[in-house]
Amino acid sequence: MPGANAMSVDLATVKRVARLARIAVSDDEVERMVGELNGILGFVEQLGEVDVTGVEPMTSVTPMVMRKRTDDVTDGSKADDIVANAPATDRNFFLVPKVVE
Amino acid sequence: MTELTSLTIAEARDKLKAKDIRAVELTQAYVDAIQAANEAINAYVAVTPDKALEMAKASDERLAGGKAGALEGIPLGIKDLFGTRDVHTQACSHILDGFQPKYESTVTQNLWNDGAVMLGKLNMDEFAMGSSNETSYYGPVINPWRAEGSNQQLVPGGSSGGSAAAVAAHLCAGATATDTGGSIRQPAAFTGTVGIKPTYGRCSRWGVVAFASSLDQAGPIARDVRDAAILLKSMASVDAKDTTSVDLPVPDYESSLGQSVKGMKIGIPKEYRVEGMPEEIEKLWQQGVAWLKDAGAEIVDITLPHTKYALPAYYIVAPAEASSNLARYDGVRYGLRVDGKDIVDMYEKTRAAGFGKEVKRRIMIGTYVLSAGYYDAYYLQAQKVRTLIKRDFEQVFDAGVDAILTPATPSSAFGVADEDLAADPVKMYLNDIFTVTVNMAGLPGIAVPAGLDHKGLPLGLQLIGKPFEEETLFKTAHVIEQAAGRFTPKKWW
Repeated sequence: MPGANAMSVDLATVKRVARLARIAVSDDEVERMVGELNGILGFVEQLGEVDVTGVEPMTSVTPMVMRKRTDDVTDGSKADDIVANAPATDRNFFLVPKVVE
Repeated sequence: MTELTSLTIAEARDKLKAKDIRAVELTQAYVDAIQAANEAINAYVAVTPDKALEMAKASDERLAGGKAGALEGIPLGIKDLFGTRDVHTQACSHILDGFQPKYESTVTQNLWNDGAVMLGKLNMDEFAMGSSNETSYYGPVINPWRAEGSNQQLVPGGSSGGSAAAVAAHLCAGATATDTGGSIRQPAAFTGTVGIKPTYGRCSRWGVVAFASSLDQAGPIARDVRDAAILLKSMASVDAKDTTSVDLPVPDYESSLGQSVKGMKIGIPKEYRVEGMPEEIEKLWQQGVAWLKDAGAEIVDITLPHTKYALPAYYIVAPAEASSNLARYDGVRYGLRVDGKDIVDMYEKTRAAGFGKEVKRRIMIGTYVLSAGYYDAYYLQAQKVRTLIKRDFEQVFDAGVDAILTPATPSSAFGVADEDLAADPVKMYLNDIFTVTVNMAGLPGIAVPAGLDHKGLPLGLQLIGKPFEEETLFKTAHVIEQAAGRFTPKKWW
């Protein structure tokens, strides 16, 4: 685990994380979140106490080999269903604001 | 017709088969009960009376024709996390406004295939993130239980608060729920009902809105152990559409009730005795020990050394997985859209408006711990601790322990809008202290009502089992239930 200061996030970090998470945050919210996130990070800091030498990270909680199938087309031809819940569509396309300049 | 809603699933099943009652009248009784009670309890976020009666009518035809399924005509409530074709499915979030899937989750399809009837969708914490059902876009659920001599509104627990409250208030015969850190077992304990989270992989997660994919598991909440066993038999299946579901036969869980627990080794882990734990809960735990001993079980003191690290590890792993799973809610293909000057602006405004405070908190924590420079320190560390948590259980089971008995919750149901809990998210997280270990290890766990506290509120005990040994949990929980009795709230609504 990182050293003593790593457990705290500051305003800039919260803004950066919000940008990564694509969530708009007001200045008030950023302030509040600094406190709340630091509270949670302070709580999880104790994991640093655990000696994990030689321990593999858990990748599968129930030991299993993933079942596979042949790469065949088994579904589709239901564009109407797929766009049925969309806010804005046109002839089975999803409409969004401009993506590239 | 109040008597009809007081029938358990097993009782209703018998009466329907014997043609003492008809499916349509049973469903109508529940529809009427929901109409009368939902404003006070707020258990349902969407009621489907027309569909329910249509399904009940079809059940009556099958019953008349001798083609009854295992749950024929039994009216159930469905947690809003399960995809139900053409019916409100929003995980009780604003960001999925108006979403009605064009598909059915495997678990609910299994229930309809067995003849069950859908009453509606049940309230829950938003995206299953919470332990009190107070983060729902649709407002809190009110626990049908009240403290002796008090009018204070209490929480039913969460995230499956709607499911637990509906079962306890007889607004459905049984309910589906999900459990990622305790969301079946904790609300069951707060409402005097039975809830089981099966082994990871027992039930298919296909069509269930994902929170944390390595932890989520569907399971039933019901009035007693028999009803929970009946429901799980129908819910469980292997599913080609969920590669984490396991191809093992689904036993007839109901037949494990009444089997002897003589000679079973029951482990009592010392690490579940936490500082500040109310005396009453320790006493109830000891009472559970005594009941099992009387039934011929052998009590063994055990140690699960990494227990206290399960909750902090969970609060890294679960938010991390959630940040990934909730990235899809972007206003493009479904749900809420808030317009923006460009696509990123649209994403940011939509997600800011659509997600509640707790969900945002967890997405932010998850994003942070997975980000460059922090992944190894937080997420990888937590996943290694998770291996150690599971190993603790494996060692205990290898040493001959058949099941583990612990308290289910560190308290009875607390008040809605508790200021302490609102001010400090971590305090709310501590509600799951006895339940998260089970999700982290992928094991099955059941909560069974065991007594009332000094305020007259239900308390539950938890049994933790070996992978895919839900039968052991049902037979042992049944022993506790026989000794403890049944608990029904006094109707105030």
